[in-house]
Amino acid sequence: MTDNNAKEIIKQYAIRLGDDALVQGHRLSEWCRNGPFLEEDLALTNVALDFIGRARMFYSYAADIDGGDYSEDSYAYQRDCRDFTNLLIHELPGGDFAFTMARQYLMDEYSLMFMERLCDSSDETLAAVAAKSVKESRYHLRRSRDWMLRLGDGTQESHKRLQKALGDLWGYMPEVFELDDLEQGLADQGIAVDSAALKGGWEKAVRATFSEATIDVPADDWSVRGGRQGMHTEYLGHMLSDLQFVQRAYPGQEW
Amino acid sequence: MTRVLTEAELEEKFQARIDAEEKIEPKDWMPDKYRKNVLRQMSQHAHSEVIGMQPEGNWITRAPTLHRKCILLAKVQDEGGHGLYLYSAAETLGTSREEMNDALHDGRAKYASIFNYPTVTWADMGAIGWLVDGAAIVNQVSLQRTSYGPYSRGMVRICKEESFHQRQGYHIMMVLMRGSDEQKNMAQDALNRFWWPSMMMFGPHDTESAHTAQSMKWKIKRQTNDELRQKFVDQSVKQAEVIGLKIPDPDLKWNEERGHYDFGEIDWEEFKQVVNGNGLCNRQRMAHHIKAQEEGKWVRDAITAYEEKKRQRADQAAA
Ligand SMILES: [Fe+2]
Ligand SMILES: [Fe+2]
Ligand SMILES: [Fe+2]
Repeated sequence: MTDNNAKEIIKQYAIRLGDDALVQGHRLSEWCRNGPFLEEDLALTNVALDFIGRARMFYSYAADIDGGDYSEDSYAYQRDCRDFTNLLIHELPGGDFAFTMARQYLMDEYSLMFMERLCDSSDETLAAVAAKSVKESRYHLRRSRDWMLRLGDGTQESHKRLQKALGDLWGYMPEVFELDDLEQGLADQGIAVDSAALKGGWEKAVRATFSEATIDVPADDWSVRGGRQGMHTEYLGHMLSDLQFVQRAYPGQEW
Repeated sequence: MTRVLTEAELEEKFQARIDAEEKIEPKDWMPDKYRKNVLRQMSQHAHSEVIGMQPEGNWITRAPTLHRKCILLAKVQDEGGHGLYLYSAAETLGTSREEMNDALHDGRAKYASIFNYPTVTWADMGAIGWLVDGAAIVNQVSLQRTSYGPYSRGMVRICKEESFHQRQGYHIMMVLMRGSDEQKNMAQDALNRFWWPSMMMFGPHDTESAHTAQSMKWKIKRQTNDELRQKFVDQSVKQAEVIGLKIPDPDLKWNEERGHYDFGEIDWEEFKQVVNGNGLCNRQRMAHHIKAQEEGKWVRDAITAYEEKKRQRADQAAA
């Protein structure tokens, strides 16, 4: 493989991770001014800021590789649905607070393990972004795990809502632990994280939390995939029409 | 043995402390009217911070760059934080946040009327940061010297963040004014819509203001509405000029003698209309706030139930 080719593949990987962070951060940012109480509103906004910050770092790396006029914003604002490569779970609308926190918990558990591994990447830039992200993810997980306990073991209503949310999210989890050829290749070189290898640890952690939160593990009887290949739910397009509106309406301007 | 002081004597001592620039603290004796007046002002300020999250929150998902999105998110978050400090400062006077929220929802408590105006273009994020936060700073810098201790200290903390907001808003306008014709028009249009409502933020003329005289005597307010408004005009004119924006006031001109800008009369009819519920967003703002509170109820109940169960388990373990 030539050097350019190798860089191009790393760039695609950086964009995937950037897309995950952006879409997740965007969904969280929708909670700002809508939280269940003021303190939680501010805390959710903090987490949203962390993810958007993370997206900017991954995208900036991609822009460095692409060179020319590319910037972090090129990826966020100039691509259509089919170009986005985020995991599907992130693009689902926020739903109620139980849905948002359930998704957050499932993915925080994963993100922390993922970022801890990515710290060892032989790619220095990815490792540096991961090092910063690990600290954030630790805090995110502490928060979302707490919420699992409070909602699961709170009132009947909160329990019911949380159980339902986890059921609605469960089928999006298998995709998270699958690697396509691009990621497998990078993982073999010690650049990408072998996310399949994280599944066992993740399941163990999640089961422990569920049992403490008096929550049943949802049935493994459905799964949806496609995000990494640019196949998306209908929700992403609407999110992008919101996100990209100004740049699409007034193309080519500075803001 | 010390004699119990009469109400009049207490008030005299209280006024003497105020005159000596002493801060009044929550446990100190204070006239009932002073307590009510400070509470009214702090609760209104707190509600304004929180309701003010809505018009800017309206653009969080549509901010035109990732950098702007982060700045806006952080800004709206700051405003929520200001609301929190102010609610806790107000709680020192014995009214809970919940009671203040109830008063907001049933119309007994007010918030700044400026937030009843809609944010319809991205440039409004610039106009709000520059003018609305700008006007807020003028007011809040003055309130750093207010006589009620917790309020005064809250203002010192808040002012630092507000001046960031103002610079960021002004920067949005500056970039727009360096851009395409469409962007320049967008910026000018935002200024046209937000200028007069920002001027109204300082409230009625001193001669018309119901609260001013007593508030000044108690040093709850340190400068009058008209003095503060003048300061705001003087600082904004130059800022507009530098980036090529035109303030929508044909009567605006430098008065050499006064050393201040003269400016036109505010449309007080519009002010009254918007305060009394006829702004474009009054109902939306209140409905949004009530909806968030109602939708969050099951979450708050879950916390209470969970904490209660935890306590019971701890008690059982201890028994
Ligand atoms: Fe504020
Ligand atoms: Fe303020
Ligand atoms: Fe502000």
